[in-house]
Amino acid sequence: MRIGIDVGGTNTDAVLLDGEVVLADVKTATSADVTTGIVNALEALRRQRPFDPAGVHAVMLGTTHFINAIVEADRLAPTAAIRLGLPTTAALPPLVEWPERLVRAIGGQAYLCHGGHEFDGRIISPLKRSELVRIAEELGEAGIRSIALSSVFSPVNAEMEQEAASILLDQLPDVHISLSHEVGRVGLLERENATIINACLRELAEQICTGLAQTLADAGFNAPLYLSQNDGTLMEVGYAREYPVATFASGPTNSMRGAAFLSGLGHCVVVDVGGTTSDVGILESGFPREATAEVSVGGVRTNFRMPDVLSIGIGGGSRVRTDGDLPTVGPDSVGYRLREQARVFGGPTLTATDIAVAAGMADIGDRARVRDLAPGMVRAAVETMTAQVASAVDQMRTSPEPLPVVLVGGGSILLTDDFPGATKVHRPDHYANANAIGAAIAQIGGEVDRIFGVEPGKRDSVLDQAKEEATARAVAAGAEPSSVEIVDVDEVPVAYLPGNATRIRVRAVGDLVLTSDR
Amino acid sequence: MAFELTIDHLPDLSLGAALLGTGGGGDPHAGRLLAAQAIRTNGNITVLDLDDLADDDFVVPTAMIGAPSVLVERIPAGNEPVDALRALERLLGRTATATMPIESGGINSMIPLFVAGTVGLPVVDGDGMGRAFPELQMETFGIYGCPGSPLAIADERGYSGIVDTGQDNKKMEKYARALATSMGGVGYVAEYPMSGADVKRTAIPRTLSLALRLGRTLREAREQHRDPVEALSETLSETLYESSGVVFEGKVIDVLRKTDGGFTKGSAKLVSFDGGSTCQIDFQNEFLLARVDDRPAIVVPDLITVLHAETGEPITAERLRYGHRVRVFAIGTPEIMRTPEALDTFGPRAFGIDLDFVPFEQLAASKIGSSV
Repeated sequence: MRIGIDVGGTNTDAVLLDGEVVLADVKTATSADVTTGIVNALEALRRQRPFDPAGVHAVMLGTTHFINAIVEADRLAPTAAIRLGLPTTAALPPLVEWPERLVRAIGGQAYLCHGGHEFDGRIISPLKRSELVRIAEELGEAGIRSIALSSVFSPVNAEMEQEAASILLDQLPDVHISLSHEVGRVGLLERENATIINACLRELAEQICTGLAQTLADAGFNAPLYLSQNDGTLMEVGYAREYPVATFASGPTNSMRGAAFLSGLGHCVVVDVGGTTSDVGILESGFPREATAEVSVGGVRTNFRMPDVLSIGIGGGSRVRTDGDLPTVGPDSVGYRLREQARVFGGPTLTATDIAVAAGMADIGDRARVRDLAPGMVRAAVETMTAQVASAVDQMRTSPEPLPVVLVGGGSILLTDDFPGATKVHRPDHYANANAIGAAIAQIGGEVDRIFGVEPGKRDSVLDQAKEEATARAVAAGAEPSSVEIVDVDEVPVAYLPGNATRIRVRAVGDLVLTSDR
Repeated sequence: MAFELTIDHLPDLSLGAALLGTGGGGDPHAGRLLAAQAIRTNGNITVLDLDDLADDDFVVPTAMIGAPSVLVERIPAGNEPVDALRALERLLGRTATATMPIESGGINSMIPLFVAGTVGLPVVDGDGMGRAFPELQMETFGIYGCPGSPLAIADERGYSGIVDTGQDNKKMEKYARALATSMGGVGYVAEYPMSGADVKRTAIPRTLSLALRLGRTLREAREQHRDPVEALSETLSETLYESSGVVFEGKVIDVLRKTDGGFTKGSAKLVSFDGGSTCQIDFQNEFLLARVDDRPAIVVPDLITVLHAETGEPITAERLRYGHRVRVFAIGTPEIMRTPEALDTFGPRAFGIDLDFVPFEQLAASKIGSSV
């Protein structure tokens, strides 16, 4: 048995799976501290279907918590960005394109220092110890707790980043340091941005990951805890502590893969309506369509592989306003306070959920509390929501041909089946928990990241060797051998080493073996 | 007609420039940030039409030279291109009245904007190739009689060099490349100093506004969920670049890339979605030759672009990665670029490719003919 959990802004969903069979699924409220909501979800699962925690082989968790922290510019650690590369790169210093709000939220300090390598391994300029020591003093006084370090051509030669980190740690033993060569690939600005994002999330990640591991242990689980990553694969919780940025886009990936699993459709539009937003993405051959080069997160450009998703502010918790001629829905939401705030739960705020209940599309809370709403207004609000989601679906389609639409997420009860541009609207079983199911069926990856000597004429065989190794690692980690595919190959010549040395990164991904006895 | 270029133009311009960059030319993104900084500091930039130039104007194009794969890491310090311009002005004892791009593709569509914004010069709407090419002598300026040198090249340390090879633009390229390599793989140049009359005679007109228009077409196609390739073809048909078409669709299965002799060289292999067909694209900074099932399908100087299969966004050789789903899109180069003297300078044999240039439309027609 496996448990999949999805922590969203409003709801924490959980499912219990045996192989491909959904044994139980629950939806509970997200708590401000995250972990209480998870404890509640696990208890609710056990009430629905009693099970022995010792019989659970793995717990998979998908969370939008970290990306939300960036989008909301909240709960971020005071962070400094230090780049080694002077006198080059000065025209575009660290944080150059960042939204002002986010820079302020991390107390963003950017430093340019000497250092860095040329493409052929020469040094741009030697590292200056005194420069770093002086910066460390400043950072100490400013209360900076996390540092993002980047160096020109560090994917080719990481020595400068490592040396600078050790100098900084001598001065500031308690800071977290994120090194760019461990976070991203060639492309200085994007790699540096991802590293800064990672750095400002380190404290939050540590707090949450420690809390989660403790919570599960207290509840009697001894199964490993995984977090799902951007590409739909899993990482162990210990890794997430250090690289929270890798969980970034896991939310949409999980809901889209969950939707594919539940509907059996490979090529379709997926609309995931949560408490705060509706996320629209396209599945191609069962996988989320990827965004191209320019992927911006909270206004920051990174070079991660991410699903191409359009988010609009329509969800179950969206505020409904009736001051004008036509009611408006969202984009603001009552978020995780839906169960205190919504009218049907006795609260003062008119939300999209109240509209769905008044329209007879859902049976939640106390219907009597929305009896006073004018039927014309309710109808207009439902039409507004569907029209806005339909327009997002329309924007995501790149061909004029209509596609099937799969509606998932608890908030999808807000929408009618009337979609222009859809061949058919599907609402699969367990639709409300597609996220958690996506997390539970997340794939497993195997990676090789090593320097290989590539003798003349031997490139193909070296690449094949790296691919086989990555595949073997995915299988060893629990992937079904026949499902393993190579999803990424990256090659960077390391010119300062003899023997045509090349840093080769290969990533293989496969489905987790879905047997009930595992 | 002259027009004012604002920050709001830059996203479309850089998208269109990436397309005309035909895989090379350097990622325009860093250039776009530089241009935006200059405009933010000093205001909008005046873009002059060729017709706005006086015959005795003194125009000095500015550009980046080097390997795009180096540029994405080793971004500029900011002083380099202006230093190059100043060094050339000192040598010639004349002050430029305008700058302009040598190429309208990639980052070099943006460097002159950065220079113009920084020192307060107008930019001429035109260039010397109507796309991007890897080498400095591959310019209509030179083909039609304007030497590229004396040329000034500058680095981030405030050092500069002068290359003067008289009429020999090929030699100029060799020397300048060697300097750029010793500067860390990327340098910044001021070259092809020309009179306004020379520019009007030798430049390909309105290629900056062409890039702007192509970028806008792509963005609007996406907004209107139209097929981006269809939209591009439609826009192109109204320009000097009349013909265009998709020659291959598939997935990238291998990219070989190395920094060699100051260039990014390599090749990409693609396989069709049904697995039945393959495509290989060779590049030296820019894509030079696309072969489908071992037969030439697009040959330089026709433009080879690789577009994201769904969104139509151009992907540079630098960003091209295993697993990308793409369409290989050919754009026929204008007639002025297909003359014998033009082909002599940037036809396939100029790159050591043992093929005669055949327009892609004819290659496509002969393939259909032979398979019937």
